[in-house]
Amino acid sequence: MKQFRGRCVVPGTIRAEALVSRGGFNTLASFQKALMFKDKDAKCSDQNNPDLYGRPMHNKALCLPQTIGSTTGGMVLCTSAMLGQQPACLLFSKPIDSLAAAGAILAYVWSDSPMPTVDNLGDEFLAFVKTGMTVSVGEDGVVTVE
Amino acid sequence: MAMTLTPEQRSILDGALGETRAKVMKTLVMYGETFGATKMVPVTGEFGHIVTSFGLSVMKPVYKLMDELIAGGALAGQKFSADPRPLDKNVPANALQNLVFKFMYGKQEDYEKQLAQLGILDEDAFTCTCYMDEVGNTPKEGDVLSWAESSAVVYANSVLGARCNRNSGIIELFGSIAGCVPYFGLLTDEGRKAAWIVDVKTAQKPEAQILGSAIGMKVMEDVPYVRGLDKFLGSELNDEAKAYLKDFGAATASNGAVGLYHIAGLTPEARAQGEALVAQNAKTYVVDDAELMRVRDSYPVVWKDPNAKPRLCFVGCPHLSIGQLRQWTHDIEAGLKQAGRAKVAVPTVFTTAPAVKKAFEKTAEGEKLASMGVAVSSICPLMYMNNPLCGKMPVITSSNKLRTYTSARYHTDAEILACVTKGVLQ
Repeated sequence: MKQFRGRCVVPGTIRAEALVSRGGFNTLASFQKALMFKDKDAKCSDQNNPDLYGRPMHNKALCLPQTIGSTTGGMVLCTSAMLGQQPACLLFSKPIDSLAAAGAILAYVWSDSPMPTVDNLGDEFLAFVKTGMTVSVGEDGVVTVE
Repeated sequence: MAMTLTPEQRSILDGALGETRAKVMKTLVMYGETFGATKMVPVTGEFGHIVTSFGLSVMKPVYKLMDELIAGGALAGQKFSADPRPLDKNVPANALQNLVFKFMYGKQEDYEKQLAQLGILDEDAFTCTCYMDEVGNTPKEGDVLSWAESSAVVYANSVLGARCNRNSGIIELFGSIAGCVPYFGLLTDEGRKAAWIVDVKTAQKPEAQILGSAIGMKVMEDVPYVRGLDKFLGSELNDEAKAYLKDFGAATASNGAVGLYHIAGLTPEARAQGEALVAQNAKTYVVDDAELMRVRDSYPVVWKDPNAKPRLCFVGCPHLSIGQLRQWTHDIEAGLKQAGRAKVAVPTVFTTAPAVKKAFEKTAEGEKLASMGVAVSSICPLMYMNNPLCGKMPVITSSNKLRTYTSARYHTDAEILACVTKGVLQ
């Protein structure tokens, strides 16, 4: 078990199974098919992301460095929350990017399904956490990985 | 750090103009505070640009949110353009594909009505290249914008010298509604400093789409200062250079998350400030021919049959300039002549802004291109490829952005030309 302290961007507590993307997470490419085909599991459709391609993202603790790609990204994340397909939480090793922040904040202000979001967890966090591990997020930005 | 708001901004946040506008302001304040913004600054660009242009039936929550904005009187204080429409009957599609399109984009008409209420410029304002002269949403140097669409934002920042963050869909509309945006990132002098020096050391002018892809994948969201490219592009931002940078930038933004680049000796800030734009401790990335080949070879081929004959070709993501349309027309004409053909060997669609399309169709090249069997459309090819029946087809493109988001396979302009004129995919 190991604890990491980050910055709380969107508050909330949650415990979920980790899903780890080592490279940048392309939000549109990842959620595109899930949104279009109403895939409740939200299987990742980004063919360029070998860590996540084909894996369900719904209710997972999505651990990533940052998001990349289209500026629809925030809207896509927010829509996934409004449709009940969202990750359980978003955990960033680096400072959060503007698209992911928009998605997390839009979901917090405009939907009933907020995604607790923590950034600045550090490279060590992403090096330690593996897909399938259990992750707990506290209100204070402390993330416990076991 | 809490943001300091003006009394007017504070009163909106506190609900003086209703709950909806308060939520808009709350969203912008939270967004800004996440990035350490201490204040809002006025949007000074004349027009906005929004990324959400498609009436996808499954995006019901977005339309509900738009209804909430309209009902709450939270309309844009400035007119705006939007990304391309998804559909055009002139783009090849069979009956089944058309049926799926009808279902997929069943909300298009309703959504466009919402956009009209919110403040869309006009019915031709649907393009990802709103900054083209023919379209007229061209910001001035130093303008503060509330835009989304990654390729438009990176172009406005880099080539036009405007100031805009990589805003998400919906957030950009909120900035146009509020008339202000949080001051952080690419709006600040510090945020426009380059964290990377990129040295281009290729033997010939690199393909814009592959160079942009390589740099995007390397620097991710950072600002690169690119040296050695002016050797190929010159020191004047003429139409050819601007078209190259449009395609280059779109690849940096979709293969990475670049919102601003500087090209030494060419782009406005690089010309004015030179290497003073490079931050201390900037990292260096050298791009040579071997590196470009490595990057290109890393692209996955997701066609079911990798040797399939292409059934469709898309050129123009982002939308083509009129100069690019003219050049392609001449190149295809020469290629067909050489191959002894009158029409293209692969169904081919060139995409461009509605206003550019109208201007091009009035030229001799416009007639010539049509006579060679090439369709000119103003759709978003990405939205076409989102149709699962279209996504299964072997489609080729010279757009790295389209490659990134769909099953379309990337080829260089020269390879595309050979394929559509000779029917041979190298």
